[in-house]
Amino acid sequence: MGEMVVGLYVLVLATLAGREVITKVPPTLHTPLMSGANAISGIAVIGALVVSAQANTLTVQVLGTIGIAMATVNVVGGFMVTDRMLQMFKKR
Amino acid sequence: MDVALWVDLAYLASATLFVVGLKRLQSPATARRGNALAALAMLVAIIATLVGNDVLSWTGILIGIASGSLIGAFAARTVKMTDMPQMVGIFNGLGGGASALVAAAAFAQVDATGATLEASAGLTVGLSMLIGAVTFSGSFIAFGKLQGIISGNPVTFPLQKSFNSLLFLSLIVLGASLMGVFDIPGLTPSTTFLALTGISLLLGILLVIPIGGADMPVVISLLNSYSGMAASAAGFVLNNMILIISGALVGASGLILTMIMCKAMNRSLANVAFGAFGSEGGAKAQVTSGDKSATSVDAEGAAMILAYAQSVVVVPGYGLAVAQAQHELRKVADLLTERGVDVRFAIHPVAGRMPGHMNVLLAEADVSYDKLFDLDEINEDFPRTDVALIVGANDVVNPEARNPDSVIAGMPILDVDLARTVIVMKRSLSPGFAGIDNPLFYLDRTHMFFGDAKDSMTDLVREVRDA
Repeated sequence: MGEMVVGLYVLVLATLAGREVITKVPPTLHTPLMSGANAISGIAVIGALVVSAQANTLTVQVLGTIGIAMATVNVVGGFMVTDRMLQMFKKR
Repeated sequence: MDVALWVDLAYLASATLFVVGLKRLQSPATARRGNALAALAMLVAIIATLVGNDVLSWTGILIGIASGSLIGAFAARTVKMTDMPQMVGIFNGLGGGASALVAAAAFAQVDATGATLEASAGLTVGLSMLIGAVTFSGSFIAFGKLQGIISGNPVTFPLQKSFNSLLFLSLIVLGASLMGVFDIPGLTPSTTFLALTGISLLLGILLVIPIGGADMPVVISLLNSYSGMAASAAGFVLNNMILIISGALVGASGLILTMIMCKAMNRSLANVAFGAFGSEGGAKAQVTSGDKSATSVDAEGAAMILAYAQSVVVVPGYGLAVAQAQHELRKVADLLTERGVDVRFAIHPVAGRMPGHMNVLLAEADVSYDKLFDLDEINEDFPRTDVALIVGANDVVNPEARNPDSVIAGMPILDVDLARTVIVMKRSLSPGFAGIDNPLFYLDRTHMFFGDAKDSMTDLVREVRDA
């Protein structure tokens, strides 16, 4: 249970840090914020890599590989499309 | 020092970069570098993970990364800016689905050894699957609604809420069984887990189908938050801090946007989730509705009004996105600016189908971002504005919101009816998603410019040029 409590500390503090930072993002950037956050939620790729690395059966291997693929779409697509949007925001 | 410590330190660096990257999103001038920092953070975390684990087989990992990168890059390069809500919708689902698969793989790993899950593992695996699967199926329904594959109307059936509650209750029972609190006769751990997966997927579908098209900004934001929470939950399964931290950041971001969207509609989250609010369709075009009559204007007339104004505030809505008329709108704005007219854009938080949707469309059309104003920034200027030009927006400019008896009572609106002249570009007089009439259309100072936003805007470009 000790590990889980540490995890909860981290979860709560990270949520508060996120709130502080994200509240100040101006409305004009809310779509890039969302697609950027989307890319960050592709962090699940780390979880999929960990289970794939330790895969002991074919089932685990297959689940891990699909997980990696899905999360990678999220990461690569998310950061790229956010960049594509942000480069359009110009001041003339 | 051992490898595990280095991996943890790399994760700490990655978490720091994520927060700094998000912080840079606080200004359009630094946002692009912020996004690059977040991408770097992800790369650091991925490399640390690959170096820090004894990889038994690289095949699956390389296949996954290669296929995911190709699909992601292709989607990011080809998606139209008007379709960003759909893209974000699908990506939410993929993130949630990946977390669900992590939970499934973690379960299968233990199950293969014939062992049962410890109570804490049962809890985290169950939660991770629940949140991930709900995000996955819910996001695909949201995508279907945005893409028009599924009706944008709220889908409801009798006893819907009771049925959802029943599903939720059965999830708790299955979860408790997975934790080893009690055995369910006839179910092995793996069938229990499969049942939990199936019911979670069903719940995701049922939670999104009763929500109407106009409430999609809230749904997309909420699912965005869920995708982060799913990653955090997967972090608890693997006891991995970078998953918990990054998931928490996304969870917080989505939740903040959800609250902003709800506030902008003056509705509670519960009301959005279960209210089955609004429907498309509604009354058809009628230039005269009862004793009220609307004044219509053609492109030439509208061009005259605009060209001889000193200040114009443009209010874009979802209709602009549907018609893809943002480039023509920018041409009109440029021509007016050349004539010395002060042109600004007023953007309601829920204009479009996701937060900030209109800002991205206008940025794409090369409108300078310092010309875009939020509701709070521009509302007090309307009484001093010569012309308010409304393009494909309706409910967000409906003065009925000030009427305490209206269904949209209390919703913050753009006070366009206080401008000296109002031009509304719209297909017809039909109501917006809220399904109610808009008295703005019948004011003496309002001119209705009927037609498809793109065609009308093209005509307007020509007429303003000649004016």
